[in-house]
Amino acid sequence: MHMADALLSPTVGASLWAASAAVIGLSARRVRTSGDDRLAPLMGVLGAFVFAAQMVNFAIPGTGSSGHLGGGLLLAILLGPWAAFLVMASVLTVQALFFADGGLLALGANLFNLGFFPCFVAYPLIYRPLTRGSPGPRRIAFAAVLAAVVGLQLGALGVVLQTWASGVSSLPIASFAALMQPIHLAIGLVEGLATAGLLLALRRLRPDLLDLAAPARPLRPALLGLALTALFVGGVLSWFASPNADGLEWSVEHVATAPLSPPASPAHAAAAALQARLAVLPDYGLAQAHAAEPAARTEPAWPAVDGGTSLAGIVGGLATLVFVLVLAWAVQRGARRR
Amino acid sequence: MPGIDGALRALSSLDALAARPGPATRLDARAKLLVTAAYIVAVVSFERHAVAALVPFAAYPLLLGAWAQVPAGPVLGKLALASPFALMVGAFNPWIDTAPMLQLGSISVSSGWVSYASLLLRFVLTVSAALLLVATTGMRELAAALGALGVPREFTAQLLFLHRYSFVVGEEARRMATAARLRSAGRGLKFGAWSALLGHLLLRAYERARRIHQAMLARGYDGELRPGRPLAWKGRDTLFVLAWLVMFAWWRWGEPVAWLGRLLTGSGA
Repeated sequence: MHMADALLSPTVGASLWAASAAVIGLSARRVRTSGDDRLAPLMGVLGAFVFAAQMVNFAIPGTGSSGHLGGGLLLAILLGPWAAFLVMASVLTVQALFFADGGLLALGANLFNLGFFPCFVAYPLIYRPLTRGSPGPRRIAFAAVLAAVVGLQLGALGVVLQTWASGVSSLPIASFAALMQPIHLAIGLVEGLATAGLLLALRRLRPDLLDLAAPARPLRPALLGLALTALFVGGVLSWFASPNADGLEWSVEHVATAPLSPPASPAHAAAAALQARLAVLPDYGLAQAHAAEPAARTEPAWPAVDGGTSLAGIVGGLATLVFVLVLAWAVQRGARRR
Repeated sequence: MPGIDGALRALSSLDALAARPGPATRLDARAKLLVTAAYIVAVVSFERHAVAALVPFAAYPLLLGAWAQVPAGPVLGKLALASPFALMVGAFNPWIDTAPMLQLGSISVSSGWVSYASLLLRFVLTVSAALLLVATTGMRELAAALGALGVPREFTAQLLFLHRYSFVVGEEARRMATAARLRSAGRGLKFGAWSALLGHLLLRAYERARRIHQAMLARGYDGELRPGRPLAWKGRDTLFVLAWLVMFAWWRWGEPVAWLGRLLTGSGA
């Protein structure tokens, strides 16, 4: 569920970058002031562990599919939320850089969805309260599963909201959410079980490590709640304040006119007229096409669509592509000769 | 996500490319980082049906790749593997958005297909730009550049640690996973075996972190990591940044494709 650059608008991408950068700054300060110099190598090696663990799959019985660890929640439990967020951020950065997972603009969104929610919501608000005192294995497992499910549901919701606010995909928000949330319920269960399995293995083999890794200074829930609200409100406001909040427009459009149904009733005609008025892309002859549509959808749309613009666009694009390829080839020849 | 083998190969292959001497690797990492960021923002800032207007942007990865002699194979291979999520989500566009938009003779192309094509193009452009950034810069220099641009030291140090130990822990994980696979007669790992395997890997990682900490203390570690050689901004870096920013601005606002198309088809002026 890595967000991708291609699904994001610059406004949404930049807002989430800003939010994630702020959390990185805060986390770095917390890690610096913790005064524990063992933390740096431990964070590095645990990051590498999560990185490797994400690629070792286990079989899910009866389904023929397999699951693996995401790692955000496990890191928060082992390192505390601040250090864990830095580790998750580094893992996601390396994945974006070396494996093209997500992308550089989407990194902010991915840090938020896969780092912020498990570290600063699922862990402090669900896992920790549930495992207070000296919990038995069943309580640890229950807390881990519940926290992982909530974290991933929030992350999936983040993906849905970010995609919707960007307006690159035509999927209506409700359908996208209906698609994403159940899938991530399953993924969350797997993540929770994997985290619980590792925690219990660690508890059996080296119980001292679980205490050792507990954060030196506890999180202050009030401060955290404040930061969380500020971030969320800031993000949401910036989405709505964005000049091209076309996501909403597009959803409205597609709800207004059912796809593929021929416009037979006055209601349809009215909806189509509304759609024509909403259309925002006059340069590409789209507004014209929409306006002409209700009149005769069965007839060829040739006179209605501005064929001249289309043709010029396609010819220009192909010519540019040829030019660029020839240029790149020439540069490569030159570079090789040097 | 590829398997561990593929992942470790990818990590080392891109770094090996960046370690070669050459005109692109010599540039200041900050210059490449800035140009890449500007490029990605410019590409995604187009409206959702832009296809032709995005084509000039292919020049940046193609020219940079050619200039830096980055082989196309690894980059294209990663493009094919990476992030099917965007492609999947985008694939709904043609289903949902069926209004005709383009007319090619008697074939009418719906607006959904056009926006999907745009999305695929954006994906290829942004991802290849990011991969080229690493292939011409390398993790060490990138971390130094991030630090110079104000990213907290804790984070850049963490990036370097992670990158370094991904090989070590990854190798260990690969051996353990191979051993488990050989014993499982072709069936996938059962959950119990998986958690035992990764539990041991986690313990080894802890032990390793302890040893690394000792080794660092022995070398005078005082809680602060000092990164390698300093960055040096030269005239060619300014030239590189300015030249590409001018090109991006022209491609973004100058509509060169529309102009060329009109010229070639003789339509309008």
